Amino acid sequence: MYIKQLSIFIENREGRLEEVLNALTEANINIVSMSLADTSEYGLLRLLVTDPEAGKKALKEKGFSAMLTDVLGVKISHRSGKLQELLKIICEAQVNIEYMYALSTGKDDASVVIKTSDLEKAAKLLQERGVDIVTSQEVMAM
Amino acid sequence: MIWSKEETLSRQEIEAIQLERLKETVQRVWDRVPAYRAKMEAAGVKPEDIKELKNLAKLPFVTKQDMRDNYPFGLFAVPKDELVRIHASSGTTGKPTVVGYTKRDLEVWTECVSRIAAMGGATSKDVAQICFGYGMFTGALGLHYGLENIGAAMVPSSTGNSEKQIMYMKDFGTTLLVATPSYALRLAEVAYQMGIDPKKDLKVKIGLVGSELLTDAMRAEMHKLWGDDMLVTTNYGMSELMGPGVSGECEYMCGLHINEDYFIPEIIDPKTGEVLPPGEKGELVVTCIYKEGIPLIRYRTKDVTRLIYEPCKCGRTTCRMENLDGRTDDMLKIRGVNVFPSQIEEVILSVDEIGPHYEIIVTRQNHADRLEIRVELLKATDSYRELEAIEDKIKSKLRVMLGLDAKIRLESPNTLQRFEGKAKRVKDLRKEL
Repeated sequence: MYIKQLSIFIENREGRLEEVLNALTEANINIVSMSLADTSEYGLLRLLVTDPEAGKKALKEKGFSAMLTDVLGVKISHRSGKLQELLKIICEAQVNIEYMYALSTGKDDASVVIKTSDLEKAAKLLQERGVDIVTSQEVMAM
Repeated sequence: MIWSKEETLSRQEIEAIQLERLKETVQRVWDRVPAYRAKMEAAGVKPEDIKELKNLAKLPFVTKQDMRDNYPFGLFAVPKDELVRIHASSGTTGKPTVVGYTKRDLEVWTECVSRIAAMGGATSKDVAQICFGYGMFTGALGLHYGLENIGAAMVPSSTGNSEKQIMYMKDFGTTLLVATPSYALRLAEVAYQMGIDPKKDLKVKIGLVGSELLTDAMRAEMHKLWGDDMLVTTNYGMSELMGPGVSGECEYMCGLHINEDYFIPEIIDPKTGEVLPPGEKGELVVTCIYKEGIPLIRYRTKDVTRLIYEPCKCGRTTCRMENLDGRTDDMLKIRGVNVFPSQIEEVILSVDEIGPHYEIIVTRQNHADRLEIRVELLKATDSYRELEAIEDKIKSKLRVMLGLDAKIRLESPNTLQRFEGKAKRVKDLRKEL
């Protein structure tokens, strides 16, 4: 039900991001979605990739501090107010969202990646409300 | 194992040997070394003034500067043809300091190191790998001769090519490692990267580490990487005095036993030069009393320690010097606070989330000193909050230890420089005021 996200610590320095991408390219791994915030000294690069385990291995071999984190992929239809509805469900259950980013957008629907304080609770809640969850198989096929 | 009976003499017996040898040495330098004679005359002291051991305090000090001023052979007490070996320090700040050995000096050196190696657990059964750089540096050859004398099988692998070093350890069944503490940690790191667990896959059970400070925290880190059953001891020396072999730790690790029949230790107040009573902490001053080549008298080591005269549980009666916690010339003055890099190291080694390697950078911005410490993040995380918590943890521990605020820079593993010899972890960039 969860998607394995690859999280990598990188210093805010020229060339570091490129080194990560190079390691993944060499391992023939494709990036499906990514998020990187700007901070002064370092950043956490968060990636959804076609093969997270192999990605982690390739990065560790290059000396990066990398790990896999469970996140939730949620499908929402491409209409105004839909994301807000989704968040309302999560907020009412008093689950905190740690971060989120877009996974993909199509003509009719979109999907987002969510990391919450209590992932199990959030997932259960969303499924009860009939929200579509993106599986890791779907991500791997992207 | 106690190597020589001289390590278990009574205080009276030790002092009798010391007085006799001191008198001889003072007479010899007076006769043979004009620079010494000039110094002694300026201080108004003659060889016949040395009647008891406490008269040592009348003699002038010798410093590294004296060695530089007399470069290369000005302080030597034998003609050049009696020398069989010459070593020199790296001389990173000025001319190198040069030392020379006669045949007897080499024998004494071998004896001194044999004692220290035996204290640290070495026996004739050991396979001893020396990962110190061979060359002008006294560390490698000093340990080499001493261990070989004990009967250990020597592997003079020197520094560099760490993968090959691990291969030798594995294939030759190395049981004893000689390295700087930082290179010993680096070697363990390389072993793990090669898929070799030093604790299970290697037989190294004795670490004679030196040429760099071995703090308690560093010793704990050594145990963590090399195994709890490794006996990790440190030893002390400097090329000016002989090289390694001045003193070393026994299995009880409660101070370093000084080879007192060859060296007389004193502790002085570094500001006034006054000799301090036993037990007080101050700068270590050492007199070589049985050296022919270059017998330094009252050499100021710039190392801070205290002396312990009570006999040790190991059976040795020789005076011990407390393990060092920093050299006076390693000390940094940051915003008016005295900071020893070893204090920073202790903090870094106490934080599990980061590795043992670090770099200290001191700069001056707007007339204020700024301390920055680069460390390697070992714990993989997906949370900025956790990264901040790790930084805060290091910062607050440093604040408690030093009373200073530091900036912490987290880096990826394996990005900081690794050292094979003495680690150079401090960058003081405050040249311009």
